Amino acid sequence: MTIKLNQIAHARSGDKGANSNVGLMFKSKELYEWAKSNITTTVVKDFFKSIAKGDIVRYEMDNLLALNFILGDSLGGGGSESLINDAQGKTHGQALLLMEVNLPDELVQFVNS
Amino acid sequence: MKNMIRIGNGQGFWGDSIDAPVKMAKDGPLDYLTLDYLAEVTLSIMQRQKLKNPMSGYARDFIDMVSRILPEIQNDGLKVITNAGGVNPNSCRDELLKLSNSTGNPIKIGVIQGDDIFPTLADLQKKGVSFENMDTGDSFNSIADKVYSANVYINSSTIAEALDKGAQIVLAGRVSDPGLALGPCIYEYGWKSDNYDLLAAGTLAGHITECGAQCTGGNYSRWKDVPNLADVGYPIIEMQPNGEFCITKHDNTGGLVNRETIGEQVLYEMGDPNHYISPDVCVDFTSFKLNDLGKNKVAITNVAGLTPTDTFKVSISYFAGYKASGQLTVSGPNAYEKAQLTAEIIWKRLESSGCIFDDTSTEYLGLSSCHGEINRMPAQINEVVLRLGVKDSDKNKVNRFGKELAPVITSGPPGITGFSGGRPKAQEIVAYWPTLIPKELVHTKVDVI
Repeated sequence: MTIKLNQIAHARSGDKGANSNVGLMFKSKELYEWAKSNITTTVVKDFFKSIAKGDIVRYEMDNLLALNFILGDSLGGGGSESLINDAQGKTHGQALLLMEVNLPDELVQFVNS
Repeated sequence: MKNMIRIGNGQGFWGDSIDAPVKMAKDGPLDYLTLDYLAEVTLSIMQRQKLKNPMSGYARDFIDMVSRILPEIQNDGLKVITNAGGVNPNSCRDELLKLSNSTGNPIKIGVIQGDDIFPTLADLQKKGVSFENMDTGDSFNSIADKVYSANVYINSSTIAEALDKGAQIVLAGRVSDPGLALGPCIYEYGWKSDNYDLLAAGTLAGHITECGAQCTGGNYSRWKDVPNLADVGYPIIEMQPNGEFCITKHDNTGGLVNRETIGEQVLYEMGDPNHYISPDVCVDFTSFKLNDLGKNKVAITNVAGLTPTDTFKVSISYFAGYKASGQLTVSGPNAYEKAQLTAEIIWKRLESSGCIFDDTSTEYLGLSSCHGEINRMPAQINEVVLRLGVKDSDKNKVNRFGKELAPVITSGPPGITGFSGGRPKAQEIVAYWPTLIPKELVHTKVDVI
């Protein structure tokens, strides 16, 4: 089943110098385990290619059922030096929730309407 | 020893709601109210205010706020912990004393100093501190003659010391944001500097609440589930002596506290969750257990702390040229194409007048300016906001840009409006330079009057 991450995850983002971070949190362990294998740095790098000019780093937080992504060089310089509208990456979390993914049938029960 | 203290945060950042802290103080029981008034560049603004007027250099809003909650401080034992003293905590204290003395019921104010190392930067360099940029590795020499302010993120034991000396308001200097909440925990429960797990618990609690309503339903992915955001309750920590704590909010307020609102905020501005470095301790954010108790209460236990680093972080701000940005609304048939032509016209005219900028930006608001090529809307929309920006070391050039926007209303494509704010003017760019200093070179001082 094709869904958007918005239907299975929460996200929040902010700035870390010239990079932004996007935390992606799941409601169930099943979804989190699936995400660990499928929402990889390669997938996220490709998704954010028009925003993040640098590398993507991923951290796992099993206790929170969450993944934390660092989007390298994603703020047009960052802080007060940036000229872009979202200079602090406040909206990058909402962007990641737009990602379309193919969810296996056994996980469809966890999808929000 | 108390078996629980309640610490509310009523101010998440410089510019947050002016009524929230007053509501926090009046809407239910609290032992401590923490208030964050500093962003990374705020101190540079204050440092320049102080240069012009030696009596200024702190958050004026704070004095007005205290005047509204003075009875709670004087009569109910509420204590206030804040960084509102900026670069001139003594003047801030004098104003507060004036205020409380005028009521005939003076209060005790604590002032923590030693975080402001701007006056001693040259000495510290002689002692071998490089002040190299900790993110980029760049040499401090590139900005040394353009520095506006330099403040150390000092540790929270200073807050505990001020409380121990009887302070009812603590002007804490540039402590870390979570430190505002950790300080009263250290004071109440006597947590020692090597009780890493306890210090980590207090730091995590402060991290969750430091952005105010962002953990009680604000900026939340499932925003449709949040009741009455208009009257959102700000967060309260209920801390126990053993480091176990709950996050909640006052009864009868709007907003939402559950596993997800707290979890999202834990992730905010997170780097490596295995090593969250604070002045007091390193926190392992992958360690704790989070338990949703229902009724807007979440319990957190099992927080693990690690040995702190031997350096403090320093926030240096410096002058980095000028910038300006302006917007035009372009509407009607082929709005996006017209906006693109409008941008082309403006940049060509500026080039003809000899203005080549160090950096420029062209964005189309309404066509995914925030999300780049992700989910870009079809170009056949009826309205788009063109946003142009420039950056340069030459102020005149940046102001020249501001004069080139309005003319396209009559000399560009049709359907352009939205230019009511006047010409954009050059603003100074105050940039941020994060660096480190060995802890033994920082000397803090706590005075309570």
